[in-house]
Amino acid sequence: MNDPAIAVDGLTKQFRGGTRALDGLSLRVSRGGIYALLGPNGAGKTTLIRILATLLRPDGGTALVAGHDVVAEAGRVRQLIGLAGQFAAVDDHLTGRENITMIGRLYGLTRRAATSRAAEILTRIGLDTAADRQVKTYSGGMRRRIDLAASLIGRPQVLFLDEPTTGVDPASRHDLWSLVRDLAADGTTVLLTTQYLDEADQLADRIAVIDHGRLLTEGTATELKDRTGAAVVELDLPPHQLDAAMTALQPLAPRRDRDRILLPAPDGPLTLRHAMGLLDQADLTPTDIALHGPTLDDVFLALTRHNTSRSARSTA
Amino acid sequence: MSAAAAYALGISRAAIHTGVITRRNLLANLRLPDVLILSTIQPVVFMLMFLYVFGGAIQTALPPAAHGQYINWLIPGILAQSAVFGSAPAAYGLHNDRTNGILDRFRSLPMARSAALTGRTLADLIRNTAILGLQLAVGITLGFRWHNGLTGLLSALGVALIFGFACSWLMAYLGLAVRNSEAIQAAIYMVVFPMTLTSSVFLPTQTMPGWLQAFAEHQPVTAAANALRGLTLGQGALPAGHTVTADALLAIAWAAGICAVFAPLAVRELRRGLD
Repeated sequence: MNDPAIAVDGLTKQFRGGTRALDGLSLRVSRGGIYALLGPNGAGKTTLIRILATLLRPDGGTALVAGHDVVAEAGRVRQLIGLAGQFAAVDDHLTGRENITMIGRLYGLTRRAATSRAAEILTRIGLDTAADRQVKTYSGGMRRRIDLAASLIGRPQVLFLDEPTTGVDPASRHDLWSLVRDLAADGTTVLLTTQYLDEADQLADRIAVIDHGRLLTEGTATELKDRTGAAVVELDLPPHQLDAAMTALQPLAPRRDRDRILLPAPDGPLTLRHAMGLLDQADLTPTDIALHGPTLDDVFLALTRHNTSRSARSTA
Repeated sequence: MSAAAAYALGISRAAIHTGVITRRNLLANLRLPDVLILSTIQPVVFMLMFLYVFGGAIQTALPPAAHGQYINWLIPGILAQSAVFGSAPAAYGLHNDRTNGILDRFRSLPMARSAALTGRTLADLIRNTAILGLQLAVGITLGFRWHNGLTGLLSALGVALIFGFACSWLMAYLGLAVRNSEAIQAAIYMVVFPMTLTSSVFLPTQTMPGWLQAFAEHQPVTAAANALRGLTLGQGALPAGHTVTADALLAIAWAAGICAVFAPLAVRELRRGLD
């Protein structure tokens, strides 16, 4: 049990068309908690999930799930994982209950065990009242939940969720998030891919940012934000005071953004207090003040932009 | 655990999983009443069409074993044709399962690999049994009479179903190998129509031009149609030199051959997603 949930080393995968989906990716996910793979479309997130779920064979490198090699011990890995995909792979003509029971039987549960566990899961995900309706009558959010439920019936140690909330309305999205948090609280390791920064920020204990099949950075949301740069102070002033304010704030390296002045705030609130002091001395009063930390957006854009320009240069 | 015990466990696991998937595919049939009704009526409508369109013209060209009735000639042939047509759902079904991500889900489960395919072909076998049974029942009410005993009739049904089951493997392969939905439709027609029309399903092959006749007399659908005709009408319904037993065995051999070629190909296509 001391093995990491997922250990990926130098994983490469090139598709027949020549696209290099994974380019020497290495990653370690420890047990328990929620881990997010964040990256733009085509970054290699889905390819990684497919390799970890034994659906695709890597060209090079190794990948272990719960200590088992995904190629050499694929059968063992399949007993330990659950997979829910972008496309909600459930059967339209079957009822929610039939879908989950069927997957339970395929996980090797007896008919009785599959039936009782399905009932338990349906209650848990709040679909017990709709359980005996055919899935084709479900809303998009309900389909995702049934898909997720189907992946739970085998009591997976590691659960892969490939873009679990893509195309889902905001309310269902929050429902799905709390469901995923619940699962992680039970000790299941959740690896999810997302292209939504807020999803990674809200949900994940740790985040890996990947692009062009490479790991760009990895850490907690806070660590990533800290690494990108410090907080920023934003000051709004009446237009006629802007030039005077720029002069007064010179020691803090101000930057004009139309009617607004931005100051890097490496010391957070202290920088803010310093700025207020300088403005006070110059007898200037801002109409609005804000101090905010960097968002994951900043991290993401900074990293992927850098990476894009680098790879553009390398192909040129 | 000994190797033999592990093997036995593997077999029973595969059987359970095949059962689960077969049930799932059959339920999908029942849950789509429009598809169920249309796919059941269609073979009967085809039968009526051929019976009344061709019947009058052909009456005089029939061998004596038909007892002067085209329906006696047509029913065994059309059962062979329906067995072939009835295998098409394997192609559509597997294609949809792949597109919807269901095959991926199955492949990520600790289940018997083969079950996704055997569960499909078995479900189609059961469906075909119902459709052929209905077609035969309608044929009998319209005047079809068998002249080779009930055993002959039931054997004919059995041969038709075995042949249809073999075709399901071919269709399973097509459904997995052709990735485009529209191309699948065309691929199915390319197999189904030429094979059934250039056979002895509707008409004796003697009137075809020589080159076509050579093909028609030796292709698998003709073998199946001849076997069914022999088993239901007796020796006299067969071309000179053929015997009922030999034709029945030939049809079964074709079925076995089709399975032997296309089942491994279908399995290979199922795995192909891996690389």
